[in-house]
Amino acid sequence: MAENVALTGNDSAAYALRQINPDVVAAYPITPQTELMHKFAAYVADGEVDTELVRVESEHSAMSATVAASLSGARACTATSANGLALMWEILYIASSTRCPIVMPVVNRALSAPINIHCDHSDTMGARDSGWIQLYSENCQEAYDNAVQAVRIAEHPDVRLPVMVCLDGFILSHTLEGLEVNDDQDVKDFIGTLDRPDSLLNVDDPETFGMFTLQNYYFEFKKQQVDAMEKVPAVIEQVGQEYGELTGRSYGLLDPYRCEDADIILVGLGSTTGTAKQAADDLREEEGLKCGVLKLRTFRPFPAEQVCRVLSGADITGVLDRAVSFGLGGPLFHELRSARYGETAPMIDFIYGLGGRDLSLDNVKDIFRSLAEARDSGQTEPTTRFVGVRE
Amino acid sequence: MRTQQQTPSRTVPLYERPAALLDVPAHYCSGCGHGTVHRLVAEVLQELDIREKTIGIAPVGCAVLAYDYIDIDWSEAAHGRPPAVATGLKRVHPDKIVFTYQGDGDLASIGMAETLHCANRGENITTIFINNAIYGMTSGQMAPTTLVGQKTATTPLGRQPATEGHPIRMCELLNQLESPALLARVTITTPRRVRETKRFIKKAFRYQMQGVGFSMVEVLSPCPTYWHMSPIDSFRFIEDEMVRTFPLGVVRDVRNRDDAAD
Repeated sequence: MAENVALTGNDSAAYALRQINPDVVAAYPITPQTELMHKFAAYVADGEVDTELVRVESEHSAMSATVAASLSGARACTATSANGLALMWEILYIASSTRCPIVMPVVNRALSAPINIHCDHSDTMGARDSGWIQLYSENCQEAYDNAVQAVRIAEHPDVRLPVMVCLDGFILSHTLEGLEVNDDQDVKDFIGTLDRPDSLLNVDDPETFGMFTLQNYYFEFKKQQVDAMEKVPAVIEQVGQEYGELTGRSYGLLDPYRCEDADIILVGLGSTTGTAKQAADDLREEEGLKCGVLKLRTFRPFPAEQVCRVLSGADITGVLDRAVSFGLGGPLFHELRSARYGETAPMIDFIYGLGGRDLSLDNVKDIFRSLAEARDSGQTEPTTRFVGVRE
Repeated sequence: MRTQQQTPSRTVPLYERPAALLDVPAHYCSGCGHGTVHRLVAEVLQELDIREKTIGIAPVGCAVLAYDYIDIDWSEAAHGRPPAVATGLKRVHPDKIVFTYQGDGDLASIGMAETLHCANRGENITTIFINNAIYGMTSGQMAPTTLVGQKTATTPLGRQPATEGHPIRMCELLNQLESPALLARVTITTPRRVRETKRFIKKAFRYQMQGVGFSMVEVLSPCPTYWHMSPIDSFRFIEDEMVRTFPLGVVRDVRNRDDAAD
C-alpha cells in the first residue's frame, strides 16, 4: 500500500534507496547530503536492506568503489554534494564510459571558494559533460520518485548509463514535506532485477573494463556513449508513464505549467520552479499577465526539441540559472538559446541564488514583470541579469 | 580605582586574552576542545613573537572557521589538502611560519595522501591535529580514528574492524618515515595536560623557526555533542578509553631533548 508520510528531501531519497535495496552503497560524509547516508546506515544496521555499506575515505574512493561494484554485476549507489562531486570528477567519466548504471542522489550545493554549504547548481552543472543522465527535482516527492525511476532508466538495455538525481541542498534536503511513498513490493516489482550481461563476475565470458585504447578505438567508445544518450529521452518518457500507471504520478522530460496560452514563460530547474508556478498563478490573477513556467526535469540529455515546442507560442522567455559559466553566462540559458536557433522571440537570462541566496516569491514576480516590460518596450538588453546581488 | 591610577606599574595581569585570540563568541559546542587549543596556539604565537609572520591553513571540518578566532593571515584549503597548501606557501615564503590546523577526517581520511607526503618530504611546517575520533562538522560519522566498537551516525552498531578497519594511529604511522622532526600525542583533559599540550605546540613552532622540519602535535580532543556525553564524561572517555588506543607521549623527537622551556 502506498502511504502518505512526512519526509525531508534527504530522508525521501534514503527511503527510495531502502526500497531499491542496492547491493553496494559507498558513503563519505558531506553537507548537505549527510543525513541521507545517516538514514541509510540505520536501515543497514536495522537489517532492512541487504546492502554492503562501505564507509570509504573520500568521494574519489566512493565513486571508484561504486563503479567497481557496478562492473561486478551489482546494483550500486552513492550520494554526494558539491566539493564531493568535484572530487569524484575523474571517476564520473569512468562510470559513464564503462556503462555503469549507477544511481546517485546529488544534493546540490555551491562549490568553493569561498566555502559555502548552501544550494546552487554549480556542482551538477559542472558535471554536465561527464556522460551522466541528470534529473532535477522540484520537491521531496520528486526526489523520491526520480530516485526510484532512475534505477529503471539507468539499467535499461538501450541506456546503461549512470543517473544523478539532483535535489536542492537545504531547500529540499532539510525541509519536511508531505509525500506519498510506494509500497515496498511495488518498487521491487517496478525496478526488477539488474541484468548486467557483461560483468566482471561472469566467468564464462571474461571481461576487461577501461582498457588502454588510443587513436584506434577510443573514439568509437565515445560515439557509443553519444548513441546511448540519444536513446535516453524515449526511455525516460516510457519509465515515467509506467510509473504514472503504478502511482498516479506520471513523469516526462519536462513539466510545463500553464504554458499553453502563456505569453511569458520562465524556464528553470529544481525547487525554484515551485516558487515560479505560484508567481505565475498570482500574476495571472492579480495583474492579468499570462505567465507560464517550464520546468526541465531532464537536463542531460537536453530535451531541445520538446523545449522548443513548448516555448514556440511565447512572446518572450526568461531563464532561471542557478549557476554561471564564467565568461559566457548561465548554462541553461545558453543551451536553450542554442536549441532555439533561428527563433526571433527574445530570451533573457536571470542568474540567481548562488551560494544559497534566497529567491523570494516577490523576486520571481519582479522577474516576470521585467520580462513583460522588455516585451512591451522591445528593450531586452542586458540579456544576462543578476538577481539579488550587490554591485 | 584611584589607587590603581596612582600605581599603574604595580598592576600585573595574571591572566589575559592573547592578542591574537579575538574577543568574539565561538561557534563551537559546549565542552569542545577547539577553544582550548585555539587559545594555546594564540598564546604560543605571542610568546614566540611570530604572530605577524604566521600563516594558518584552515581545514574542512569544525575548525573551518578558525580564521574567525585567531587573528593572523589564513588560507582555507579544500577537504584534506592543508598539507599541500602549506607546502606551496612555505616554499614561496620560507621565512614565514606556516601551520595547518586539521581534524581527523581532514588529516587522516580524505587528506591521508597529502599528510603522508608532506611529512615524508619533511616540509618545514607545523601541524596541529585535533583527534576527536569522529566527523564533528557533518554531525558525527565514523572517522578513521573512531575507536573499535564506538557508535557513530554511520556505524549505529559500533565500528567493526572486519568491515571498517581499526583506528589509524597517525603519529605512529608517520613515525615509519625518515623525515618528520616531532610527532607527539597530547590531550587537554586536565590543567597539567593543557600545559603539556602548550609545551609541545610551542616546541613544534620553535622547530619550524629553527628549520628542523615537519612537526605534528596530535591533540586528543573531546566532542561531547557527537559522543553524546557531558563535557566531564567526555574528558573521562579520553582518559579511560581513547588513550588505550592512542597512547599519549612523544613518538618522535629528532632532537630528543626538551628545549622548549620558556
